[in-house]
Amino acid sequence: MAEHIAASTPVVADPTPFTLPETQQRVLRWTLYVGYAALTAGIFHGLAQALSYAGIDILGFFPALRSYYQGLTAHGVANAIIFTFAFSNAFLPLMVARALSRRLDERLLWASFGTLVLGNLLVIYAVVTNKASVLYTSYAPLQAHWTYYVGLVFVVISTWLALMNMLLIWRGWKRDHPGVRMPLLAHISIVSYVMWFLASLPIAVEFLFFLIPWSLGWVERTDPLLTRTLFWFTGHAIVYAWLLPAYVSWYALVPRQAGGKVISDSLTRLVFILFLLLSIPTGFHHQYTDPGIHEGLKFVHAILTFGVFFPSLITAFSVMASLEMGGRAHGGRGLLGWIPKLPWGDPSLSAQLLAMITFVFGGITGLINASFTMNQVIHNTTWVPGHFHMTVGSAVAMTFMGVAYWMVPYLTGKKLWGRKVALASNWIYTIGLLIFSRGMISAGLEGMPRRTFLVQAPYMDPDWLVGRVLTGVGGTLMFVGIALFFVVIIMTIWKGKAGEGPKDIPWSETLIEPAKNGWAMRLDRIGFWVIVAIILIVIAYGPFFLSYLPPNYVSPGFRIY
Amino acid sequence: MKVHTYERAFMTLGGMLLVLCMAALVYATVAMGIHLPGRAGEIEPGKVFTTPPFDNPGVHQTGPNQYDVVIIGQAWRFHPMEIRVPVGAELNFIATTFDVIHGFHIEGTRVNMMLIPGQISRLTYRFRKPGEYLIICHEYCGAGHHNMYGKIIVE
Repeated sequence: MAEHIAASTPVVADPTPFTLPETQQRVLRWTLYVGYAALTAGIFHGLAQALSYAGIDILGFFPALRSYYQGLTAHGVANAIIFTFAFSNAFLPLMVARALSRRLDERLLWASFGTLVLGNLLVIYAVVTNKASVLYTSYAPLQAHWTYYVGLVFVVISTWLALMNMLLIWRGWKRDHPGVRMPLLAHISIVSYVMWFLASLPIAVEFLFFLIPWSLGWVERTDPLLTRTLFWFTGHAIVYAWLLPAYVSWYALVPRQAGGKVISDSLTRLVFILFLLLSIPTGFHHQYTDPGIHEGLKFVHAILTFGVFFPSLITAFSVMASLEMGGRAHGGRGLLGWIPKLPWGDPSLSAQLLAMITFVFGGITGLINASFTMNQVIHNTTWVPGHFHMTVGSAVAMTFMGVAYWMVPYLTGKKLWGRKVALASNWIYTIGLLIFSRGMISAGLEGMPRRTFLVQAPYMDPDWLVGRVLTGVGGTLMFVGIALFFVVIIMTIWKGKAGEGPKDIPWSETLIEPAKNGWAMRLDRIGFWVIVAIILIVIAYGPFFLSYLPPNYVSPGFRIY
Repeated sequence: MKVHTYERAFMTLGGMLLVLCMAALVYATVAMGIHLPGRAGEIEPGKVFTTPPFDNPGVHQTGPNQYDVVIIGQAWRFHPMEIRVPVGAELNFIATTFDVIHGFHIEGTRVNMMLIPGQISRLTYRFRKPGEYLIICHEYCGAGHHNMYGKIIVE
């Protein structure tokens, strides 16, 4: 296969130039910066938590911090929600605008940015004043101040407005291009946020109809199992909402950066449609050990979770094939000789290559989480954060950092400052992450609990020692890695050579062109696939709601933090 | 849709691998009897201390080599905090919570349940080895979460 692909590798050509007006680029830039600001707060708390597992307590150095759990809430919300969605709110609309060569709607762009900022301010108020130390999962009946829930709703609304912007220009483009297939990059970017929109509805119901009225005192009690189920209804798909923008980059941009091409247009579209269908009806695999949910339904969700692993398997092959093509175009020979020939000196590419490598382990550990008998051994142990730091904490975060290495220069028009510092950041973060996750995973297998301030716990198992030390060492390296990333970004904005930024996004051509007939054409009918997704969701969740409702309002709020 | 032969082969093998893993899970559940908690009844959280069987937490023999282990989680302790059970006996854990969500995990075993207000959690397990096992509340339950633990002595 290798020779076959290499033989047909021409140099990737530049498409017709198009740039968004500066006024729009500025909003996209600021949206990114909101995410980076959140990430700054998030990583300081991350460092404190990793060290606390190693028995070192630095929480006393944090101003206004009243407990470990307040910091953990800040860490989860800032890194997993604000950073990720701020990035996607900027990245996906930019991809669609560029793919269709159309301007975004400026009012919607500002509205999306404004709601993101407003949501952030409300959440920051609640978290900083210790009125919302409920962790990002927000499990009732632990109750937060209403500003926390309302703030998160605004953050979600900002993602809906970003989607609306993409749909709007897609509609305009279709009107002007009757009978033309929408470009791959636009398709996969839009599908990513369509999936998220659908996935975000249960959490919107949870917050708007249950937690907000309850936190305001309009209703006295709430239903802990129902709200928790609504959370995970959104909560597993949310990880795909983080991951799919990274996949957009891996599929459509990374091949170009590596010197290859997208292997197959149709297969790529199929992968994203499969994610639209299968990401959501899988939430019970986070609730395997919960009472009140029938075991048979948990099994249905287990099967669907294994199903959603399939498009990731396809991705592993397709993206690797694109990379192999690039490596051979750069003169790589033999079975594995193409790997060292990849442009590892490009910090944007190297970050994403390292992200892919760590994601292999993230994927395997995820499959173990989904395997419901094995889940009983690791549920709520540090195994779980060990796992998801190799998915959202690497595949996603590292890819977003890698993309930033071209996107910040592209949006500011300034040359990336400190290529070598950026490369060092990638490697230090990756090595730190692997050490950290190895520690969390091994201690988790020995039963070390997650989300626990072990420094003050009256119990301790000597078997956890190695894992705890590795967690502390790895977490510290991760902190150093991200700190270097910030140095690069700040210096690029401040000192980067003006006018020397990239003139276009690094998008790739395809090896196997878009289908001109046959069933693959139907992959573009996103509305139709949304209906299929809803049917699957009704099958997977319907029996639970039918047998469970009406809500069981049993719990008053507890603010014991 | 045109798919490269190698990719097709990879997809087929990958799909088969997933099916095999699923088959192993079915085997573990059906043949080995490893079950997850399911629907096991509802209860009013504020009244757990006066509702049977939770009005009498602890270990109760229900048959030859068969015991109910009744447990309540409350911020930030378990009732009872220390449990003694015989090795090899069939233990039916019956647990719930008085206030917020708690976790109930016996370290090194698959006894791992969430305690959710309003719901009763049930799980059956046999200890094969005598010894002292740590019980950990592994779900965040407020400022004193890390103080919530217990001990189970298998003899």
